[in-house]
Amino acid sequence: MKAPRFSYVRPESLERVLELLAEHGDEARILAGGQSLMPTLNMRLSEPRLLIDINRIDALKGISLEDGTVRVGALARHAELLDSPLVAEHLPLIAAAMPHVAHVAVRNRGTFGGSIALADPAAELPACAVALDAAFVLASLRGRRTVPARSFFHGLYETELAEDELLVEARIPALAAGYRSSFLEFARRHGDFALAGICCHARIDGAVLSDVRLACFGSEDRPRFAGAASAAAEGRAWSGEVKEAVKAALGGDLDPIGNFHASAATRLHLARVLAGRALDRMAAAG
Amino acid sequence: MADPPGAVGRPLPRSGARRLAFGRGTYTDDLRFPGLLHLAFVRSPHAHARIVKINPGPALAAVPGARVFTGADIARVCTPWQGLMDNLPTMVSPPQHAVAVDRAVWQGEPVAAVVAASRAEAEDAAAGVVVEWEPLPAAAVRDRTLDEDAAPVHPELGSNLSYAAAIRAGDAEAALAGAAHVVEGDFSFARHTGVPLEPRAVIADYDPGEGRLTVHGGHQAPWHQQDTLSRHLGIPEHLVRVVTPDIGGGFGIKLHIYGEEIAVSAVSKLLGRPVKYVADRLESFVSDVQARDQRVSARLGVGEDGGIRGLSVDALSSLGAYGSYGRPPINEGMMTITMAGGPYANEHYEGRLRVAFQNKPPSGMYRAVGQPIACAVTEQLLDRAAHAAGIDPVDMRRRNYWTDEACPVRTPGGIGIGRLSLRACLDRLAAMMDYGALRAEQAALRGRGIHRGIGVATFLEMTSIGPERYGPAGARISTQDGATVRLEPSGAVRCVTSVIEIGQGTHSALAQIVADRLGVAPQDVAVVGGDTSLTPHGGGAWASRGLTIGGEAVWRAAQGLRENILELAGSILQADPADLDLAGGAVSDRATGEARIALAEIGRIGHFRHDTLPPGVQPELAVTRHYVPDAVPFALANGVQGSWLEVDPETGEVRLLEHWVVEDCGRIVNPLLVEEQIRGGVVQGIGGALFEECRHDEEGQMLNATFADYLVPMAAEMPDIHVGHVETPLEGTALGTKGAGEAGTVGAPAAVLLAVNDALRPLGAQVDSLPITPESILHALAAGA
Amino acid sequence: MQEFIDIALTVNGEPVSRRVEARQHLVDFLRNELGLTGSHLGCEHGVCGACTVRVDGAVVRGCLMLAVQADGADVWTVEGLSDSGGIADLQEAFIARNALQCGYCTPGMLLTAAEMLEAGRRMTRTEIRAFLSGNFCRCTGYHAIVDAIGTVMERRFGG
Repeated sequence: MKAPRFSYVRPESLERVLELLAEHGDEARILAGGQSLMPTLNMRLSEPRLLIDINRIDALKGISLEDGTVRVGALARHAELLDSPLVAEHLPLIAAAMPHVAHVAVRNRGTFGGSIALADPAAELPACAVALDAAFVLASLRGRRTVPARSFFHGLYETELAEDELLVEARIPALAAGYRSSFLEFARRHGDFALAGICCHARIDGAVLSDVRLACFGSEDRPRFAGAASAAAEGRAWSGEVKEAVKAALGGDLDPIGNFHASAATRLHLARVLAGRALDRMAAAG
Repeated sequence: MADPPGAVGRPLPRSGARRLAFGRGTYTDDLRFPGLLHLAFVRSPHAHARIVKINPGPALAAVPGARVFTGADIARVCTPWQGLMDNLPTMVSPPQHAVAVDRAVWQGEPVAAVVAASRAEAEDAAAGVVVEWEPLPAAAVRDRTLDEDAAPVHPELGSNLSYAAAIRAGDAEAALAGAAHVVEGDFSFARHTGVPLEPRAVIADYDPGEGRLTVHGGHQAPWHQQDTLSRHLGIPEHLVRVVTPDIGGGFGIKLHIYGEEIAVSAVSKLLGRPVKYVADRLESFVSDVQARDQRVSARLGVGEDGGIRGLSVDALSSLGAYGSYGRPPINEGMMTITMAGGPYANEHYEGRLRVAFQNKPPSGMYRAVGQPIACAVTEQLLDRAAHAAGIDPVDMRRRNYWTDEACPVRTPGGIGIGRLSLRACLDRLAAMMDYGALRAEQAALRGRGIHRGIGVATFLEMTSIGPERYGPAGARISTQDGATVRLEPSGAVRCVTSVIEIGQGTHSALAQIVADRLGVAPQDVAVVGGDTSLTPHGGGAWASRGLTIGGEAVWRAAQGLRENILELAGSILQADPADLDLAGGAVSDRATGEARIALAEIGRIGHFRHDTLPPGVQPELAVTRHYVPDAVPFALANGVQGSWLEVDPETGEVRLLEHWVVEDCGRIVNPLLVEEQIRGGVVQGIGGALFEECRHDEEGQMLNATFADYLVPMAAEMPDIHVGHVETPLEGTALGTKGAGEAGTVGAPAAVLLAVNDALRPLGAQVDSLPITPESILHALAAGA
Repeated sequence: MQEFIDIALTVNGEPVSRRVEARQHLVDFLRNELGLTGSHLGCEHGVCGACTVRVDGAVVRGCLMLAVQADGADVWTVEGLSDSGGIADLQEAFIARNALQCGYCTPGMLLTAAEMLEAGRRMTRTEIRAFLSGNFCRCTGYHAIVDAIGTVMERRFGG
């Protein structure tokens, strides 16, 4: 199981990366952490002509807080996110999600940007980004643009990224006063991709929820913002009745895709159970 | 004759572990050969298709110097084999080529072999081989394989049925009709595979000058491979040598004859060069033998007292496109119907079996062969019967075991039982689990909406199978083992064994046996094996036979050497050998224990100073013995397992909390080795119970042929496993050991199944399909609600 | 932009330079070019952990990193860590507890365990199991491995 032949280049600047992308288009692949790309190469599921290794581009690294927004560089490793006090304090949803992302050796290499750009529908970080209303900064020789997470994910492994574009960083609003997060996923084995997962983010005043944002993963072909379920809790005090309303509304938000790991109906059921439990936890956390 | 206290019975660390822990293991792929070529296979993308044409042109253009061999090319130097059994005239099985000729019968069957300078280049070239296919309908749904309209796997056979059998004792139907309680189950056991972490690997080196073939590879039965290579490649057997370096796990998967391995040797013969093939993980999933895959309908009747009145078992066992060569491919199913009900006194039994072909990878023996199925079916029905009769499950078992007075006995399934220790094992297990307290805790938690379950399952483990099964079948597989034990001039000892070390630590245990016989320390004994040209002939690593058969041979060889040493010492010391003993690395006085002459002196004189010996003394300081198991047809181990787990009825999640095993494998040579065999076996059993499944679609495409999708148990989900022992030495042997390698795998699926259903029972749900998944639990709950 | 690239790195403390094919992953490089066969291939798609090696102080899947990416890196394998004595207590605990059978997973398991010890504290069995869950062992059932690592934690960090 050996990768097919390809060429390799390790540019030293972001500018050079963008030039190479512009020149080679879909014949090139960006090599960041490689934790998803390398298996597809080894299995010959993907046969690019050129790998552009961005691992030494300093401009893509780091996690920082600027004016109430956390900037997460595309090259921030999963391990960095897991260990970052800044993430723990300002992005507790992501901090809660990180232990579920694969295993230590994968987290040491895998990158935030790689996970977002790959857009695996069962991955944790894309859904976290949706729930947190993150924005992604995309760059190409044509310039830079910022895309909200909710409109970034188009479908199975499909995103807003054009062939010549690179995901540079995410800008994620830091946890504001009165807000809480809750994360739950259900996987067969620790570190596996989830059969269902839920990211919750909301303001809680007493028991009353507002600005409720539920995002699901592991259900459809992309992370899904659960608008109806979020609305079902909006402005209401958390109760058993509201929980049932959220779970019922989720049926309108989600149209899960079944496969041999779990049917569509099971995935919807699990998403509902997790949503109820995640909100229970969030409400209880105060 | 019992050994005095010594190395046997002690938990000594394995001698080979240090090398492996320092990264100095030498597995097949670690070996280096000058001029080596690498081989990759082109495999069928269809579960069933006619090969219209193979065009190697683009491959050769892509990789200059590559060579492509089709099935027909290989068939010119390699005859096909046929997995028939002489004593089963009604069993059918078609001839199998090393590489498919004309027709591929499973997705993943090799259809061409491609050789190049590196594995990567061989894969580059393989990707360029263009095969024109005519897809044919496939039989790939187990429960429909024998339907009238099922696609034929092998049209020339006229049906997909390979074999049918029935066992009848007493009158099961009448007994069931008269029973106070009759319980039933319609069980399904998924197809799975063994997944040794080191994939199958082979390096074949044919020397055209001498006409010799040397094969290095991680094979569990190298003599069977040697025989196959000799007969099918037409190379005299004494010119075929199979060497087994370190083996990264086997579990039965590396026991079999595979087209790939034979084809590599054929290509080496054709090219006169060393050729290597290492299966990658994706290939392993579509070419390693697969196992289990049964549907079993069963009914059990008990009286008001809980006593078993009758049992009926009907099994449909599914093969792949072929059974394994030389090994009865029907064994998975036969073990189901012969072992079902085994531990329990019963007169009325009916077992029926049908074995059918499917367009899936070939079937073969995987750790515990059929016994986990027999165990799960029996134990689940017994739990249901206990519930119906209002009897505690542990008590239910105690009431129904064969009594000591009844033994020896032949079970209705046909298993000869000598002496068992089921009650002792059960009592020990109940104490270890604190069964009563656990039941109380379970009841208390149920009141709080927490659903925990307890499963207690009794198992029998058939180990160390003797000649009465393989001999009449005409299988060219030996059930004996051999050993040479020799005294080196320094007084150290070398033991050359036919036992194959695949990680169990058997070689280490053999050193303990030799050490005690010769009065030396285990570290003074070097054990070597794994080369068919140098060691005595043997059977290999399967059926948990290494110590019970190979160990007995070693004991006998060491005993022979002991006698020779004492005789030589008698000559040197002018003493009666009967007055001498071996202890502490010396020949000693039997009466006083005083050392008379060091073994090093015996070694020196016996090898270099024959001039000082009395005339006529011929030192024989190397002794070879073989052991054919003749005391019993097989060594029957037994035990009980307990599982404690929690089911989340909202998600269907099963969380394993703790697991217990009490087993009786006869005399224990090294408890450290036995306990780790048990634990590893339990986790493979849990794999089958909760995780592992080869999923195929209706066209026979395997859907989960990666490590991401085929769920091998990992550390986080596994419980701590507590092991206890009862020792009932096997009679009629010097060592008294029985096998222990499969016990964990036999009983664990039953224990977990029972515990899950124990947790679900108050919710009105039961599951009868393994692996139990969150989804299957949710479905059962929905159906029960 | 080449299919063959010159790299220079440190492996087990020794400088190494080679020309490698771009597509060659790190473990094939270590095994085939340097003869360091202690790191094994179990799946080549990043799941089993048999290929675990340490790169710049952190464990990685050796099959999910290209050799060319290790240019300039500091790479350690089980051979180097055995020679340096850096994991001697772990190795002794594995041997004493029989926490290995076929040994194929063991080098990767040891490297992961060594990184676990970097946390500098005792962990619960549950934590140890979670940390190990990216490394398959098909032989032992994990219990003995957890025991062995727990023993080393106790010795290093107190009871």
